[in-house]
Amino acid sequence: MSKSGALPEAGSRAGRSLFPVLLPPLLLAVVVILALSAGKYDVSLSDMARVVWSRLTGTPSGLDATIETVVWNVRLPRVLAGLLVGASLATAGCVYQGLFRNPLVSPDILGVSAGASLGAVGGIFLSLPVLAIQGMAFAGGLAAVALVYAIGSMVRGRDPVLVLVLAGVAVGALVGACISLLKVLADPYNQLPAITFWLLGSLASITRADAASILPAMLLGLVPMVLLRWRMNLMTLDEEEARALGIETGRLRLVLVSAATLMTAAAVSVSGIIGWVGLVMPHIARSLVGPDFGRLLPASLMLGGGYMVGVDALARTIAGIEVPLGILTAVIGAPFFLWLLVSGRRGWQ
Amino acid sequence: MFPIRLLLVAFAALQLVLMPALAQAARLFTDAAGRSVEIPDRVERVLAAGPPASVLLYVVSPEKMVGWVRSPSDAEKQFLAEPYRDLPETGRLTGRGNTANIEMVLSMKPDIIIDVGTIDPTYASLADRVQEQTGIPYVLIDGAFLRTPETLREVAGLLGVEARGEELASYAERTMAWQKETVADIAPEDRPKVYYGRGPDGLETGSAGSINMEILDVVGAHNVAALAGSGGLSNVSIEQVLGWNPDVILTLSPEFQKSVKTDPTWANLKAVKDARVYRAPTLPFGWFDSPPGVNRLMSVTWLTEILYPGKAEFDMGERTREFYRLFYQVELTQEQIDQLLADSAIK
Repeated sequence: MSKSGALPEAGSRAGRSLFPVLLPPLLLAVVVILALSAGKYDVSLSDMARVVWSRLTGTPSGLDATIETVVWNVRLPRVLAGLLVGASLATAGCVYQGLFRNPLVSPDILGVSAGASLGAVGGIFLSLPVLAIQGMAFAGGLAAVALVYAIGSMVRGRDPVLVLVLAGVAVGALVGACISLLKVLADPYNQLPAITFWLLGSLASITRADAASILPAMLLGLVPMVLLRWRMNLMTLDEEEARALGIETGRLRLVLVSAATLMTAAAVSVSGIIGWVGLVMPHIARSLVGPDFGRLLPASLMLGGGYMVGVDALARTIAGIEVPLGILTAVIGAPFFLWLLVSGRRGWQ
Repeated sequence: MFPIRLLLVAFAALQLVLMPALAQAARLFTDAAGRSVEIPDRVERVLAAGPPASVLLYVVSPEKMVGWVRSPSDAEKQFLAEPYRDLPETGRLTGRGNTANIEMVLSMKPDIIIDVGTIDPTYASLADRVQEQTGIPYVLIDGAFLRTPETLREVAGLLGVEARGEELASYAERTMAWQKETVADIAPEDRPKVYYGRGPDGLETGSAGSINMEILDVVGAHNVAALAGSGGLSNVSIEQVLGWNPDVILTLSPEFQKSVKTDPTWANLKAVKDARVYRAPTLPFGWFDSPPGVNRLMSVTWLTEILYPGKAEFDMGERTREFYRLFYQVELTQEQIDQLLADSAIK
C-alpha cells in the first residue's frame, strides 16, 4: 500500500480513518458465517464445525451421513463458489472500470458473458453433460473477448478504448442473435427451460469440483492485477499522459483485459449469467477506500465475494424453489446503483 | 371516411348473402375456449399447431396430417409408421415463439388447424388471430390428461374417424380404471414420494399444478416439489432435495441418471440407496412429459410398475408392444422393447 503515495489524494483520504478499509473484511466475515448457517436443511453451526473438523483430521464426526453431505458437499462448496464468483466479477469489474476510465462499465463490456452464454446454450442444445457445458461456456467467454480484441487491434488511428467498446457491443449483439436462434431451434419442453434457467444464473448445482476449477483461473487473473496495481492507477489517466509517464498502454491493457476476462469467464462458466455485481461492487468499494487501485482491488474483491455469498444465501432460503441469482442481483443492485448515482456519492474522482 | 364506411356496409351485406351457402357445407364446433368455429363437413387435411397436437393427430388419424411441427429425428422415426414419419416440417404456430410461416401454412391447404394444451385467453386470442389471418378454422382442444378419453373422441369426431377414436378412448379408460383399482387400497401416506429431476444437472423440477407433473397426480403418487409451491418449472437446490428425501427419482436424461449413481452428494438419498432412479422412455414421444400430450398414457402403466412394485402382475414388455401397436401403429421388435425399457424398468 505504500506505493499509493503516488496519488496524494488517495493517501490523504486513507489517513482520515481506518474504518472504510476495515469494513469490507468485517462484512465478509459476518456474511460468510450467516450464509453457512442458513439453508433448507437444518444444520447447526456446531455440527458444521464438527463436520469440517472431522474431515480435516480424518476422524469420524458421529453425525448423520446426510448432514455430512449437506455440509461438505453442498453448503461449503456453495459458499466458497459464491465467494469466488463474486470476488472474480467484482475485481474484473474494478479492472475494466479503471481501463475504460468509466465507472459505468461492467465485466461483460467486451462480450465475455455473451460469449459464455452462447457456449453454454450450445452445450445444452447438444445435450452435453454439465462439465462440457461449463467448458464450452468458459471457452465461449474467452473466444468472444479474443474476437473483440482482434477487431480492436485491427483499427488504427482512433481512441483504442472506444474502438474496443464498440467492437464489444457489435460482437455482443451478434452472439445474442446466435443465442436467440438456438432458443428458437431448441426443444421447447426440455432444452428451452434449461437454457432459460442457465441464462438467469444460479449456484444451485455447484460442486466442490466446480469451486476448485475456478480457483486457479481466479488466482491466475489476480496475479497480474496485484503486480501491476501501481501502473493500473496510471491507466486511469489519459492515454497520452500515461504514455508520457513511460507506460506501454497497449501491452498493459492486453495483460489486464486478459486477466479480468479469464476471471469473469471462469466465474460465469459455473454460475451462469449474474449481472450487476461487477458494476456495483467496485463502485461501492471506490466510495469507501478511494480510487487507489492498491486499496480498491482488495476492497472490491471482499465486497464482491461477501455480496455474492449473501445474495446466494437469500436465493436459497426465501422460497422453496431457487430464486435465480441474476434476478436477485439486478433487483438489489440496480436500485442501489441508482441511489448512488442520484445521491451524488463520491464516485470516480 | 364515407367510401370506407360504404365499403364496410357492402362487405357486411355480402357476408349475409354468402352465409347460408357456407353453412350448408359446414358445421359449428364449440372448442375448449368456448369459441364457435365453422368446420367443413369433410376434414381431409389437418395442421397441428404444437407438438401435443402433433401427437394427438398422429395417433387419431395420421393420414390426415399435413406435416410434423418438428421433423422426427432418426431415432424417433424407428418408432413411427411409414409413410407418415417422413411428412414435412411445419413449425410451431402459437405458444412461445412462432416458427411456422403463415404463407407455408396456407400453401399446405389444411382444412382445419388443431391446437391441444392449456386453454387460456392468450391462446384463445392467438387462435382468433391466426384464423382471421389465414381464413382456416382453428380449434383449441383442452389437453388436460384426465380428459384424455374425451379428447380422443372429440378429435376423432371432428375428423370423422369415430370408430378409431372409440377404440383409443376405451383403451385409455380401461388403463386409467385398471390403475386406479390397482392402487386403491394403498393409503395416501404409504404412496411413494417422487422427485422429477430435469435439466442437465437434474435440479430443474415441476411444482404443484405444473403440466409436466400431471401424471404423478393421476397415478396417485406424491410430487415432493409440490411443497415448494405451485406453478411451472423451477430450479431447486440439492440441499432441498436432500431435505425432501424422495423414495423415487424420475428423469428423462440418461446422463443425469448415470451421474446420480456416482455423485456422493446424491448418495444418501433414499431413492439412490434403494436404486430407484428411473428414466422415462422418450421415443418416439416422451412417456412422462415432453410433449405433454396423449403420449403420456404409457406412463400410467409404467409408473404403476415402478412406483408400486408387486401390486399388479403384468408383462411390461407386452403392454408396451400393445400400446405402440394401437396408438403409434408400429410393431415393436423385442430389441426395440429392450431398448425402450433399458433404464426404465425394475430389473
